[in-house]
Amino acid sequence: MEVGQMQRRLVDYTKTLFMEGFLDAQFLQLQQLQDESNPDFVVEVVSLFFDDSEKLLNDLSMALDQPNVDFKKVDAHVHQLKGSSSSIGAQRVKNACIAFRNFCEEQNIDATLRCLQQVKHEYYLVKNKLETLLRLEQQIVAAGGSIPATEMGF
Amino acid sequence: MAAQGRHGGKKSNKMTALVVDDNTVNRMIHHRLLDNLGIENVAVVNGKEAVDIHCSGKTFDLILMDMDMPVMNGIEATRQLREMGIRSMIAGVSTRSMEREIREFIEAGLDDYQEKPLTMSKLISIIHKING
Repeated sequence: MEVGQMQRRLVDYTKTLFMEGFLDAQFLQLQQLQDESNPDFVVEVVSLFFDDSEKLLNDLSMALDQPNVDFKKVDAHVHQLKGSSSSIGAQRVKNACIAFRNFCEEQNIDATLRCLQQVKHEYYLVKNKLETLLRLEQQIVAAGGSIPATEMGF
Repeated sequence: MAAQGRHGGKKSNKMTALVVDDNTVNRMIHHRLLDNLGIENVAVVNGKEAVDIHCSGKTFDLILMDMDMPVMNGIEATRQLREMGIRSMIAGVSTRSMEREIREFIEAGLDDYQEKPLTMSKLISIIHKING
């Protein structure tokens, strides 16, 4: 596949992620912070988000598995996950966290367990999408091309 | 952008900033936003570390202060820094949306407040307030 085709495929894929609500405008901010002096910024931040999130999801699973659930602790973990997902533009994960926090406030164990499943589901979806997006970018750079800026008209 | 030289008379051409946030992803993004604008910056992970770094004698032109943090939150840290006589621009950044909570944060001594997530344009509007 030649570079132009790869670039078009990347642009189309990125646009789909925005339209399906996986990513929001904050992701564009991250892309704009990447330049020749920081060519790996997006990969680095996204990788950090993955590591951070997986740890938080583990902590959440453990916290909700206790005989006496400490909802303050659960809420603190969800707050962190909401913060990082919001900062990288992972909109659906962020929204799942917002719903999760509401149920934490109610101390509703069944609902919070369902929320955890929902957050995990959204997280693994966006992780998969972002890995695909970053792989497409890598292929373009490896072929000597440049990553086209995402024009979303925001 | 020249520093105001209000700390110990040492003038440098680079602005300095302190990022105070317990979230690793946010610290990385705020660091890069500031770097991109040529602002030297360091990051700490809670309000107590923000106070401690000032006790050690360091000062900054700008402090980006998160609200919810363990050990010491942004409201308490802002209060303490003002009581210590710190006159730096302190911009609160938070996801909180309730007016009452934001007001409490502002009344602790903020010069500006921005809703997270921080963007380049929000950061630039904060910086304009320092120089304006």
